[in-house]
Amino acid sequence: MRFDWIAKYWPLLIDGAIQTISLLVISVCVGFVLAIGLAFAQVSGGLLSRNLSRAYCTFLRGTPLLIQLWLLYYGVGSLLPLVPGLRQSFLWPILREGFFFAAVSFTLNFAAYQAVILRGALLSVPKGELEAGRAVGMSPFTLVRRIWLPRAIRIALPTIAGEVVLQLKSTPLAFTVTVMDLYAVAYKVRQDTLLVYEPLLVVTLFYVALTAVIARSFKFVEAQVPIRR
Amino acid sequence: MPQTSVAALQVENIHKTFSGLEVLRGISLEANSGDVLSIIGSSGSGKSTLLRCINLLEKPDQGRIIVAGEELKLKPARQGGLEPVDRRQLERLRTGLGMVFQSFNLWAHRTVLENLIEAPIHVQGKSRREAIEKAEALLAKVGLSDKRDVYPAFLSGGQQQRAAIARALCMDPAVMLFDEPTSALDPELVGEVLKVIRDLAEEGRTMLLVTHEMAFARDVSSHVVFLDKGDIAEQGPPQQIFDAPLTERARAFTSGFSR
Repeated sequence: MRFDWIAKYWPLLIDGAIQTISLLVISVCVGFVLAIGLAFAQVSGGLLSRNLSRAYCTFLRGTPLLIQLWLLYYGVGSLLPLVPGLRQSFLWPILREGFFFAAVSFTLNFAAYQAVILRGALLSVPKGELEAGRAVGMSPFTLVRRIWLPRAIRIALPTIAGEVVLQLKSTPLAFTVTVMDLYAVAYKVRQDTLLVYEPLLVVTLFYVALTAVIARSFKFVEAQVPIRR
Repeated sequence: MPQTSVAALQVENIHKTFSGLEVLRGISLEANSGDVLSIIGSSGSGKSTLLRCINLLEKPDQGRIIVAGEELKLKPARQGGLEPVDRRQLERLRTGLGMVFQSFNLWAHRTVLENLIEAPIHVQGKSRREAIEKAEALLAKVGLSDKRDVYPAFLSGGQQQRAAIARALCMDPAVMLFDEPTSALDPELVGEVLKVIRDLAEEGRTMLLVTHEMAFARDVSSHVVFLDKGDIAEQGPPQQIFDAPLTERARAFTSGFSR
């Protein structure tokens, strides 16, 4: 076992970790906001929005993330330069990067999974607690903001924690669209040094550590509202 | 239109049908300020549905609801039943109708105090300080000062119901609606909740009380309404309903409880 390469590659490893964490945080945060909309569309939307949301979730959960990523990167990505003026716009430095496509596809995918979880959680909030909100004169929006959604998120919290960990482990797919994430760094080190296992072991430790941080954070949040049983 | 002084709460000709079953067949009630109106009757007689129609948790098929002289504007809904013309009016009137549920329905993700100050702050727009001051006074009144920072799941049923009553009182409702407030409680916890309700009655609060506690209803009520199969079979002062009912149906029902 040789680890002397770390001395040379640690800045790259840190950059890789930052890319991985960025992808995770962006996709989880933005995806969660999208999921809220998708879940409410299914729970209390009209026929059209309900079916659209369902179709979205079925499609994105029913196809491999890798294929979604490639469809975006090679499909949409190859169309973008054809949009007049886009190449000259200030957005182009972002839009031409693999990172952008990875972030978008991970976000859309996470939103689909999260929407289904949130839908279940919204439905499992006791009806009576919602009635109590209506009975004190809450508007539909206040009810959602103060009672329904926070209550549902509390119910879904353990499941969400699991989803975030799963999402972390999807991020290496970004490597396939030129993102220098943790896994890409390991790959590069292997190519440069011809070491087979050591770079993989080191990034594995990174992933385990990140998972531990995620689990800890969610435990902390859960402890804020003790719910019996 | 008959000329009357303004009643605290007036409902007229409430009809409600659940999938073909007529649960309420034109109920009219009136509660003046300070009245304690008990609604009794066997299970399935429509008591709870009537109460829930008053604040539109249930949409009546027909009828008028007038709170302190202000009529709730209703229009036919597309899916049947009546719905409010103006959602804001409904929300405003609801703040004047304090509802207490059979299953307490405290918000499980908030402490007792947070349950109490939620609506004053986020519905009535009071300041947090003002809301807390009022909530603490009410918690003291229902004997729960020491539970202010506890989550509902860690309270007994009786404590939860007392907290729920305090939550409703925080809004200064003109009328309190109690929907079988003690039916979900263990027998030894019923007393503490009834005591709170009795205190409110003695303060002169206007209340509608759906209950199975006959002795209590007889004690605190100024007026008793006996519902049977969606109709008011008989109503009058408690002495009449419990001791000398005029109708056969009321006699059959209350004789089971005579002491």
